[in-house]
Amino acid sequence: MFTLQLSETHEMIRDTARQFARDEVAPSSIERDKNGEFPTEIIKKLGELGFLGMMVSPEWGGSGLDALSYVLAMEEISAVDASVGVILSVNNSLICWSLETFGTDAQKEKWLRPLAVGQIHGAFCLSEPEAGSDATSQHTLAEKVDGGWSLNGTKNWITNGTTASTYLVMAQTNRELRHRGISCFIIERNTPGFEPGLKEDKLGIRSSDTCSIGLTNVFVPDDQVLGDVGQGFKIAMESLNGGRIGIAAQALGIAKGSFDAALLYSTQRKAFGKPISDLQAIQLKLAEMATRLEAARVLVYRAANLKDQHRNYIMAAAQAKLLASQAAVQNALEAIQVHGGYGYVREYLVERYLRDAKITEIYEGTSEIQHIVIAREILKAVS
Amino acid sequence: MNILVCISQVPDTTTRVAVGTDGSSINPAGVKFILNPYDEFAIEEGLRLREKSGGTVTTVTVGPDTSKEVLRTALAMGSDTAVFVKDESRSDSFVVASSIADLAKEITPDVILFGRQSIDFDSFALPSMVGELLGWPNISMVSSLTIEGTQVSAERDIEGGKESVSATLPCVISAQKGLNDPRYPKLPDIMKAKSKPIADRVATVVEPRVVTLSMTLPVSKRLNNIMTDSDADIDQLVRLLHEEAKVI
Repeated sequence: MFTLQLSETHEMIRDTARQFARDEVAPSSIERDKNGEFPTEIIKKLGELGFLGMMVSPEWGGSGLDALSYVLAMEEISAVDASVGVILSVNNSLICWSLETFGTDAQKEKWLRPLAVGQIHGAFCLSEPEAGSDATSQHTLAEKVDGGWSLNGTKNWITNGTTASTYLVMAQTNRELRHRGISCFIIERNTPGFEPGLKEDKLGIRSSDTCSIGLTNVFVPDDQVLGDVGQGFKIAMESLNGGRIGIAAQALGIAKGSFDAALLYSTQRKAFGKPISDLQAIQLKLAEMATRLEAARVLVYRAANLKDQHRNYIMAAAQAKLLASQAAVQNALEAIQVHGGYGYVREYLVERYLRDAKITEIYEGTSEIQHIVIAREILKAVS
Repeated sequence: MNILVCISQVPDTTTRVAVGTDGSSINPAGVKFILNPYDEFAIEEGLRLREKSGGTVTTVTVGPDTSKEVLRTALAMGSDTAVFVKDESRSDSFVVASSIADLAKEITPDVILFGRQSIDFDSFALPSMVGELLGWPNISMVSSLTIEGTQVSAERDIEGGKESVSATLPCVISAQKGLNDPRYPKLPDIMKAKSKPIADRVATVVEPRVVTLSMTLPVSKRLNNIMTDSDADIDQLVRLLHEEAKVI
């Protein structure tokens, strides 16, 4: 049985995130989306407040919070601006988590600490031009050389790609071993031969920077291999299990932001002599949106709660992401419909919510991949 | 410098309040309560005074059990200790002021900070009452504050301008918006706030001076301001949109 009561601390974290989102993130969100501008100042402030290393142990400069605190913050921030949400998600779920779980103390001191306190942020490089859902087919090669490795290849769709300082890069160290021959490398931005490309011109989450990265004879010393040689695929898959909770919470935030906007507008806009919220056609939409939002919220909080209890959360996280990303897209679509023509223009925010929502069905495992993960877990239990 | 910051819990501005069954109080059911926004300036100023001159910041609130939450917020922002004065009686300002003055006599702060008003009852009474009960100077609506040694210099917002005043410690200050930019609590500090002490204290028993007879919700009325297309009306409309509705 899943029951959940937010503690006073959880509520304070949620309220802090909500207030920050409203006062610091919202005012610039339309302009940043329009211009594809990275929220440099906002991320700096969020870092100082501890939002970039939320679950990292205080021993390494983190806030030492649980996954539930993390999803509460992700939900509130993403309800206002999903671009800021994804920047946080990548740093918290993929970068900090991988370094804390698999890093040596020396690696944690050098890279995790500045990431956890938000001095810098990181990027996670798994996808390639020909390796998306099929993440096992890595073409980036790492050849053994004296004292380290030499990497060549291309990485695609790298969130935080042009602004990060520390990158986790997956590359094939032994082709014959296929995915057991993939390793994870810690690479600093200014390494010779490591070249982030131009920012992608995206449909949504335009204030987050996404780019491809070229690697040409990039020398990485042996002590910058994260985990063991050959452990890279495991690191990637395990961090993505947790990453799904972050993206699910981002989607939940978009679903909430869409619903809140539709609800507010429907009580203010008058047609046929009364607020449109008095019209049954609008009420049906509001009821469906609210129900979808609550269902997504239950699954997302539940996945976080299972992770906090150190129980298997693989299926729960995939289900949460699947449902929450659908809720985000559906609620954003309906929010536009409630707004009518106003929903189709920038000033009213909801058109951005729709553009932002779509990516949650694609990245950190497409909805199709979530189905596969869920089915695999179901069948594992009966076979 | 030892600093006492007095804060209160108020209904969130977006909450829809209802009158309780007794007809003279707010029904707390379903109401989201927050830290009184003006008190954030008082807490922040207390923290800045401590950062500049050392000492401790103690935060106090007087109210029912549920109001304890705002003390956690103050602790998370950086207050050193907190005192919770339990008072379920929803008394008038004089009763609350008496409890605060008695606490101040015990812990002898150099300065007591308030928000300029609590946004629920708007009585503006507490800072001056506490100043009077202690025999201390009271400077209200402060938008700029400097304390050097025992010398207090402050700027107050007055109608249409500013007033510069001075006083000596100990004194009571009430914070106006703009005094500072209140900090957000850092996440690790929210965690640490859980283990900071909150001392429970018994309220001072005095007779209230003002008794609430009833509360009613305002009735919304149409203004029936109808504008024509005359130049004078257009000017008037632009003025109203700018000054009253504040939309242009």
